[in-house]
Amino acid sequence: MSTQERLIAGEHNYVTINEKIATIPLSQKKHPPQWAVTLLIGFMIMQLLMVAVTYLLYRGVGIWGINQPVGWGFDIINFVWWIGIGHAGTLISAILLLMRQYWRNSINRFAETMTLFAVACAGMYPLLHTGRPWVAYWLFPIGPNVLGMWPQFRSPLIWDVFAINTYITVSAIFWFVGLIPDFATMRDRARIKLVQWIYGLLAMGWRGSAQHWQRYETASLLLAGLSTPLVLSVHSIVSLDFAVSNLPGWHVTFFPPYFVAGAIFAGFAMVLLLALPIRAWYKVKDYITMTHVDWMAKIMLATGLIVFYGYLAEIFYAWYSGSKFEMDMMWNRMFGPYWPFYWSLILCNGLVPQLLWAPKMRRNIVGLFIISLIVSIGMWLERFIIIPVTLHRDFLPSSWGFYNPSLWDWMMFIGTIGFFIFGMIMFVRLLPMINIFEMKDLLHRMHGHSRNGHSKTDHAAADHPPADGKPSAGQTQPETGS
Amino acid sequence: MNEEKKHILDLAAIRQRLAEARGPRYWRSLEEVAETKEFQEFLENEFPQHARPFNAQLDRRDFVKLVGLSLALAGMTGCRYLPQEKIVPYVTAPEEMVQGIPLWYATACTRGGYATGLLVESHEGRPTKIEGNPKHPASPAALPGNRNHPANPGSVDIFSLASIYHLYDPDRSQNLVNKGEMDYWDAFLAQARPRMAKLKERQGAGLWILTESVSSPTLAAMMAKIQREFPQAKWRQFEPLARDNVHAGVKMALGKDANVYYDFSKADIILSLDCNFLTDLPGSVRYARDFAEKRKVREGAQKMNRLYVIETTPSPASFVADHRWSLRPADIEGVARAVAQKLGVSVQTAPYQPPTNLDEAKWNGIVDEIVNDLKSAPQGTTLVVAGDSQPPVVHALALAINQALGNIGQSVRITAPVLQKAPDQPGYVDSAASLREVTDALNSGQADTLLILGGNPVYHAPADINFKEALDKFARAAAPDGSLLHFTVHLGFYQDETAELCQWHVPEAHFLEAWGDALAYDGTASIIQPLIEPLFNGRSALELLEAITTPLPKGGYELVRQTWLQRYRQQRIPAKFDAWWKEVLHDGVVPNTALPVDAAVQVNMNYQAQAPAPAPQGMAIQFQPDPTILDGRFANNGWLQELPKPMTKLTWDNVAIVSIKTAAKNNLTKGDRLQLNYRGRTVVAPVWILPGQPEDTVTVQLGYGRTRAGSFGNEIGFNAYALRTSDAPWFGYGLQIKKLIGQHDLVGTEYHHSIKTNEVLTERGRDIIREGTLAEFLKDPHLEHEHGHSAHMDTKATLYNPDEFKWEGKGAYKWAMAIDLNSCIGCNACVIACQSENNIPVIGKDQVKRQRAMQWIRIDRYYTGSDLDNPQMTPQPVTCMHCEQAPCEPVCPVAATVHSHEGLNQMVYNRCVGTRYCSNNCPYKVRRFNFLNYANHHDIPIKKLLANPNVTVRGRGVMEKCTYCVQRINAARIAAKKANREIKDGEVITACQSACPTNVIHFGDLNDPNSEISKLRRQPHMYGLLEELGTRPRTTYLAKLRNPNPRIATE
Repeated sequence: MSTQERLIAGEHNYVTINEKIATIPLSQKKHPPQWAVTLLIGFMIMQLLMVAVTYLLYRGVGIWGINQPVGWGFDIINFVWWIGIGHAGTLISAILLLMRQYWRNSINRFAETMTLFAVACAGMYPLLHTGRPWVAYWLFPIGPNVLGMWPQFRSPLIWDVFAINTYITVSAIFWFVGLIPDFATMRDRARIKLVQWIYGLLAMGWRGSAQHWQRYETASLLLAGLSTPLVLSVHSIVSLDFAVSNLPGWHVTFFPPYFVAGAIFAGFAMVLLLALPIRAWYKVKDYITMTHVDWMAKIMLATGLIVFYGYLAEIFYAWYSGSKFEMDMMWNRMFGPYWPFYWSLILCNGLVPQLLWAPKMRRNIVGLFIISLIVSIGMWLERFIIIPVTLHRDFLPSSWGFYNPSLWDWMMFIGTIGFFIFGMIMFVRLLPMINIFEMKDLLHRMHGHSRNGHSKTDHAAADHPPADGKPSAGQTQPETGS
Repeated sequence: MNEEKKHILDLAAIRQRLAEARGPRYWRSLEEVAETKEFQEFLENEFPQHARPFNAQLDRRDFVKLVGLSLALAGMTGCRYLPQEKIVPYVTAPEEMVQGIPLWYATACTRGGYATGLLVESHEGRPTKIEGNPKHPASPAALPGNRNHPANPGSVDIFSLASIYHLYDPDRSQNLVNKGEMDYWDAFLAQARPRMAKLKERQGAGLWILTESVSSPTLAAMMAKIQREFPQAKWRQFEPLARDNVHAGVKMALGKDANVYYDFSKADIILSLDCNFLTDLPGSVRYARDFAEKRKVREGAQKMNRLYVIETTPSPASFVADHRWSLRPADIEGVARAVAQKLGVSVQTAPYQPPTNLDEAKWNGIVDEIVNDLKSAPQGTTLVVAGDSQPPVVHALALAINQALGNIGQSVRITAPVLQKAPDQPGYVDSAASLREVTDALNSGQADTLLILGGNPVYHAPADINFKEALDKFARAAAPDGSLLHFTVHLGFYQDETAELCQWHVPEAHFLEAWGDALAYDGTASIIQPLIEPLFNGRSALELLEAITTPLPKGGYELVRQTWLQRYRQQRIPAKFDAWWKEVLHDGVVPNTALPVDAAVQVNMNYQAQAPAPAPQGMAIQFQPDPTILDGRFANNGWLQELPKPMTKLTWDNVAIVSIKTAAKNNLTKGDRLQLNYRGRTVVAPVWILPGQPEDTVTVQLGYGRTRAGSFGNEIGFNAYALRTSDAPWFGYGLQIKKLIGQHDLVGTEYHHSIKTNEVLTERGRDIIREGTLAEFLKDPHLEHEHGHSAHMDTKATLYNPDEFKWEGKGAYKWAMAIDLNSCIGCNACVIACQSENNIPVIGKDQVKRQRAMQWIRIDRYYTGSDLDNPQMTPQPVTCMHCEQAPCEPVCPVAATVHSHEGLNQMVYNRCVGTRYCSNNCPYKVRRFNFLNYANHHDIPIKKLLANPNVTVRGRGVMEKCTYCVQRINAARIAAKKANREIKDGEVITACQSACPTNVIHFGDLNDPNSEISKLRRQPHMYGLLEELGTRPRTTYLAKLRNPNPRIATE
């Protein structure tokens, strides 16, 4: 493949890959000042979350802007938004793996970690948004022997509990399993006893033997297989939180695919938002190349088009339903009190992504960063339109209302962003942000297929001829064996 | 075995061990110290947890058993053993009391002096809920003739219902106050009695007593007694909402004082001249009931009454009006004159401005048609009523018109006066004139002692009577030695604006705390029975007067009983007095005390002397009592403050109402701060734009802007009394308005976002209100021409079998509610009754602003018609629909809202985790969420007493909603089961149903084909709200019908 050439730029061999990636967490000197500044900002914003949650538990959800017609506000908007962001990680790690899209190798670790923190942010909301969070465990199927009764399995919120918990469990295991060979590399490269010990513990005795690799590959594939339906199911089920209801604007049959596309759309925007600066700060442009950036932009464009199609379909169905309530709902979105939100949504998610048709735009780092930011905001607006804008005017005009988020809503939302930034920046500091062994695999794959490969890689290619894309044990042998 | 081994304890070894031990060691027995095998065995037997199960080789089965057991035991740590605290029940229970079973007592409360009969529910001596007394004329039974309910309560208005809130109001006056300091009753008597003795020597010269309007025979007797002892003493009555115009008008027409009341059951055609007879008159509950009974159109009925309303500001009468026009306040007299003249009354007519959007010719044609309609009806079947705010001549003309129509003695009843007059006065005295007299007496030094018994004249006084300053100067006037010259006493329920200025303040007893009596609008007497000892040593006016004038004062009970003993003797009643008295107390009414109708009355038919006033110039201002806090006496009532006003749906505020056109002309929007300049006085009021208001007329509500009402009522709204003068207490002209910068934060419960805009709430073609005319109904009782079939749920279109669960079988009930839109007057009684019955918290203006109002039943108000300036208005009470296919139920993740086998949609508070999904999915938005800990009464213990013990007080984070008063259903079920029978129709009466003055709400069992609800359900014009969603609501509506005069085009 001609494009593979661009997936690793510059002169690299197995040693330089190790050097480049593994030394980032191990070395104090490799961290640019931006890292410290971002850490500080993230940490400080995270304190908002702490204050907001403490006060929330003390007073109750009445501190938020939710009210009688609008029972869900920022809590569920942000829940859906964060869950959606997480989806890109799973898509990259699972579906792209099964589809043998090896270009994913350099971004999957990053994206998976993003998934974990995004789901952690998301997971807070369903718990804390309940009126009595101290009994929120009743949503778990603890069973009649303990609680006297089951939860109500007809409720989509229960499906949510299962979906989210499965999702976070599988994602975390997948992430950890993928890290094991790299933990071993880190263990072997670490020079400080404590660091060696910690990474050694996490590496779980990985020696890089052929048996290890064989088992690893099986586990990895199985987990990818498990994750793949999750990519589709989690957000489908989140969408059912709305689609199962009877409200015009929620009771929509195409919500599941529309939500999944939106999630991937938002997720890739977030990957780009994070990857673009970090790639520059840590000088890993060789691994996250312009080709990656370009392809991620293409995925954004494709999913963005699906989402935009969804918007148009909603308008069509509102008209086609012939229902007074549906038509009024659409009219209210477009021209009601929240009209600026709707048209901003169309601008952010419908029109701005069209710029990505231009190859120049896809390779313009600043432009892409801004577009990703706009898409993230657009996807947040989409949830805003779906949740409060639907709820504030439903069937009986007498019960119509308005939704104004309170200071505490904003504090908690911004606080989760702080938590997310803090988590991601700590990840960059402590763990290899790019999958080392998969990069080596990619390198092998590129040069192993090429007769004109670089001389430094020749011995590896010769020793371990590629076997259907399986990375071979020898790739990490120099490190793990020493 | 152990016995033997004990003997061979090695004492030496024990000593050795003790010596070796380092530090203090405590031992329980020698065996322990010796660490003998026996002791270990003993330990293991005694304390199994010390046993070592792993001594033996464990096999797999035992291991699993042990793991299972230890897991199970781990859970045991969660079980707490709480010490039992036993309480002792009544050793000797009071007679008739069974704990947990409420008792009902009949009593009465007054408004403007007129009594409303009450039944009060008492739980172990604690009154909790007020209902109407079905035996009292002013509070008709919710289900007339219903013998199945043990109490069969009657309907009452919001003020009676909410008055229980004051009993437990933490802000009520709790202490006797002397010059701002707490003092004792004895200290008060020590000062008051010598004072009175001295006054007695002077024949009472200088003694002034100021009360509110009084109908109490006992208080009147007391006053007569005082008059005998203190011949020079003066008793005056002041009431801010006094019906002075009515009294003057009646005198003008009849030549004497009289009490005029109506019988709406005889009236088929009614003309209201700015008269809100449905809520504002004494006896309004009865009027509303009789009026509504004539609008209960069922299949096959051919008749319905017709109401013409000509009024200024839209009132509840406009909800049920068949024709309504709005006129500026002074122009209503013009209509009265025109109608009277056309009916043969000798009176001059005067030109006036016709209603908005109508030219003079057209309007005159309409008036002609109204007169023709009145004339063509049989004699005595019509009724013309005039509002309290109209000048005396309108009242006189109304009587003359009624005379011309043959209504006197039929739909209009005239009796001797009900309110008591002062013994030194020849007849009824104008309220404002009375206050002026008192003020002059204070200023001129004629007065020496002033007793203000009830009321708050400092706040209520008209702006041109400076009672406040006079009282202040009078009360503070000091002799050279520093002692106070004058003696001022205020008996009041709150330490209010008047209490602040008087030397003494005595806490007044609530009517549920003291004995009394009062007369109803027709003269029927009731005994006011207390249900509870005074919580704060409050005293009634009777007791206070008795105490200061008598060395050995009698109690309130003795005084009241004495009055009625005399009456009993006069009436020569065959029963023994004790038996008779017991019956009177039990029934709440004294039999045969309704005043006899004055048959010989002559109505003056010549009013040529009453020349029309010249047409007034400028903008008009109209004063009206606030629809929820009345004249301000209910300002500290949280229920009433938070109750949405029927027309504006506003809470916690009063406003200056203007019309849409006036607003456009003056560039006003809702909430704008408007300066009102009227006769040299100024207040600033927020603007409210109300469709149906006449042009160039500003309506303000009295009762707000109080400074010492209590924590709820202080400093909210503006004080309209500051503009109100004694010569024009209800309306005046020459108002100037000026828009100021800034907005006032107005908070309502409807259409929150656009509260500042001029948008008008319509149902937007959503088939929420089904409406038609009587003629249309007779032609097509389903009223489908308007709405088509689309709105009906096609049950065949569903995949599920909606009739899968039948709610049938032996002992099965199928509860349902029906709401008759045709007679709903939007009076809010159901809302307050529900709030009282179901422990619904008050959440405050800030939380209402956040759209979290908690009332379980709300009254929606929609506008219809093409005339924006005078649209038709329809109220719609909305409760939980108890849908058979309830959308809230499947979405709850913890099954906290479930269906009962009787079709109730139940909310299990204990199970609720508060996801609020049910509320989101409720198409009717009838669910209410405790966003914060609204019901927290722990800081104010007295508020806990208000709670109904049969209804859970909900905590934070829990959803709640209408339960169909499930506690009442269960009480009826218990009674039925004990008698081994089924619940009878009418045995369950919901709180809203019993309060409803117009019998709009019906409740019962659909499984009983003969129940009232089943019959209603079969009515062709019954429909379900949003039925097309397939929710199968149990609460359904009867379509609204109007009966317009076909000869008057409605458009």
